[in-house]
Amino acid sequence: MVGTERTEGTEDFPPASMNLYEQQKANIRNTWNVIVVFLFVYLFLGFGFDYFYLGFNPWSPATNSAIEDAAARATFPLVTVFALLIGSGQAWWGLRFGDQAVLRATGAKPVDAHATDPATRQLLNVVEEMKIASGLPMPKVYIIPDADLNAFATGRDPQNASIAVTQGLLEKLNREELQGVIAHEMSHIRNLDIRLMTTIAALVGAVILLSDWAMRSMRYGGGGNRSSSSKKGSGGAIILFVLWLAAVILAPLLAQILAMAVSRQREYLADASGAELTRNPAGLASALKKIELAFTPTRSIKRGSAHLCIADPLGRKMDLREGLLANLLATHPPMAKRISILSRMAYQDPASLTKQV
Amino acid sequence: MVGWIIVAALAVLVVWGIAKYNGLITLRNQVANGWKQIDVQLKRRHDLIPNLVSTVKGIMEFEQDTLMKVIEARSAAMGARGVKDAAAKEGALTDALSKFFVVVEQYPQLRASENVNKLQEELTSTENKVSFARQFYNDIATTFNTAQQVFPDNLVAGAFHFQPAELFEITVAAEREVPAVNLSLKK
Repeated sequence: MVGTERTEGTEDFPPASMNLYEQQKANIRNTWNVIVVFLFVYLFLGFGFDYFYLGFNPWSPATNSAIEDAAARATFPLVTVFALLIGSGQAWWGLRFGDQAVLRATGAKPVDAHATDPATRQLLNVVEEMKIASGLPMPKVYIIPDADLNAFATGRDPQNASIAVTQGLLEKLNREELQGVIAHEMSHIRNLDIRLMTTIAALVGAVILLSDWAMRSMRYGGGGNRSSSSKKGSGGAIILFVLWLAAVILAPLLAQILAMAVSRQREYLADASGAELTRNPAGLASALKKIELAFTPTRSIKRGSAHLCIADPLGRKMDLREGLLANLLATHPPMAKRISILSRMAYQDPASLTKQV
Repeated sequence: MVGWIIVAALAVLVVWGIAKYNGLITLRNQVANGWKQIDVQLKRRHDLIPNLVSTVKGIMEFEQDTLMKVIEARSAAMGARGVKDAAAKEGALTDALSKFFVVVEQYPQLRASENVNKLQEELTSTENKVSFARQFYNDIATTFNTAQQVFPDNLVAGAFHFQPAELFEITVAAEREVPAVNLSLKK
C-alpha cells in the first residue's frame, strides 16, 4: 500500500525548527495527503472488484459479437464509483460530525459554564487559562465519567473544538498537572492535529467497511463470475488478483498502522508545545507519571478513538518498550521517553519525579 | 523592452509592499487584541478583590496591615495609565496578594472555609490568566516588532510610520523573585 511505505521512514520527532504557522500548514497538507492516499486505496479495492468479479475491463479488445460482450461484462465500473462515494462520504462525515460521534461513544458529558463544584470550576479555569495562553477560542469542555486517567481533544478546527477529560483525571491530578494535560490537548487543537486525526479515524473506518464487504461478497456471491476472469488467466492477471486479494485482507491493518504512526509523531510535538504554553514542562511530566502509574484501561474509550487520547486508553504494555513492533503498533510513544524529554526541558532528573509521586 | 522590465519590477514591488503592509496591520490588530485580553483579566482581578476582602475581614482583624496593602495596591493599579505604569502597579498588586495568601495559610479557619477556597481558586486562576495573557501579548508584540525591524520590511514599516509595541516587563524587583507560596488548592 502506498500510505504505509511513506510513513515508515518518518521520524518520531517532527522538525523542531517549524513554527506554529508551518506546523498548521504541514498538517493541512498531511490531511490532504492522507485523503488522497485513502482515495487511491478505495479506488484500488473497488476497481479490483469490478475487474475480477464483474468483468469490467476497458482495455480488452472487443470480442466477436457485441451481444456476448454486453452479457459477459459490465460496462460501468459500478463498485469503483460506489467505493469512492462511500470513502469520500465517510471522510466528509468524519470531519463534520466525527467529534460528536467520539464524544457520544465515550459517554462524555458537557460541562456547564457556571458550574460551582470546585473540581469542575478548576477545570474550567485551567482550560480558560490555556485558551488565553494559546490565543485560541474557548473549546467546549466535557467530562467522561470514568475513574481512569485520560483526556483527548477532538473537532474539525479551533472554532469547533472540544476537550474531554475523565473524572479520574480531575480527582488525581493537582492544578499544575491538570494545566499540563490541558496545554497538551490545546496544542493538538492549535496545531490542527485534531482535524488530521479525526479525518484519519473516519477514513480508516471506511477502509475496514469496504474490505469487509469485499470479503463477504467474495465468499457468497463470487462463484458465477469467477470463470469469466479465469478465462483471461494470463500470469499477469493472476499476480494482480493476488495483490488485490492481499490488499483487501491487509488494508484494515495497514490503515490502522498508518493512523498510529501519524498519532505517535504528533504526541511528542504536543508535549513540547504544551510545555511552551505553560512554560512549565514539569507539570505535564508529573501528570504523565501519574497517568502511567494508574495503569488501568480506560473502559469508556474504545479502540477507534485510542489515537486521540493523551495516553493509550487500552493500557497496552506496548507503550512501555521501544522496538520495531512496538513502534508500528502503539498509538503513543513510550511514556518513559516522553517523561524524560519533558524532564530535560525542566532541567530535572526524570528519576526524581518517581520519588515525588 | 527595458520599459516593460521596469514596469514589471515596479508591479512586483507594489504587490510585495501591499502584502507586507497588510501583514503589519494584521499583527498590529493582534497586538491590540492581546493588550485588551490583559485588560479584561486585570479588571476581573480588581473586581474579585473586594469580595475577598469582605469575606476574610472578620477573621483577619489582626492582619489589617496586609489587607490594607492589598486594597491600596488595587486602587493604585486601577488608576494606572499606559503599559509601563500598568506593569509596575499590577506587579505591586501581585506582590501584595501573594503576601496576603501567605498570611491566609496561617489561619486554619480561613483555609477550611469553602468561600475562601473558592475565592482563592478564582484569584489563582485570574493571576494565571493575567500572566498567560501577558505572555501571549509579549509573544505577539515581539513578532510585530521583529516584522518592523528586519530588512527590507523595515522600509514599508518606516514609510507608514509603524511604532514598535511596548513589552510588558516585570518592573517590580519583588516580582522577579519566585514567590515562596503554593496557591494551588490540592497539594
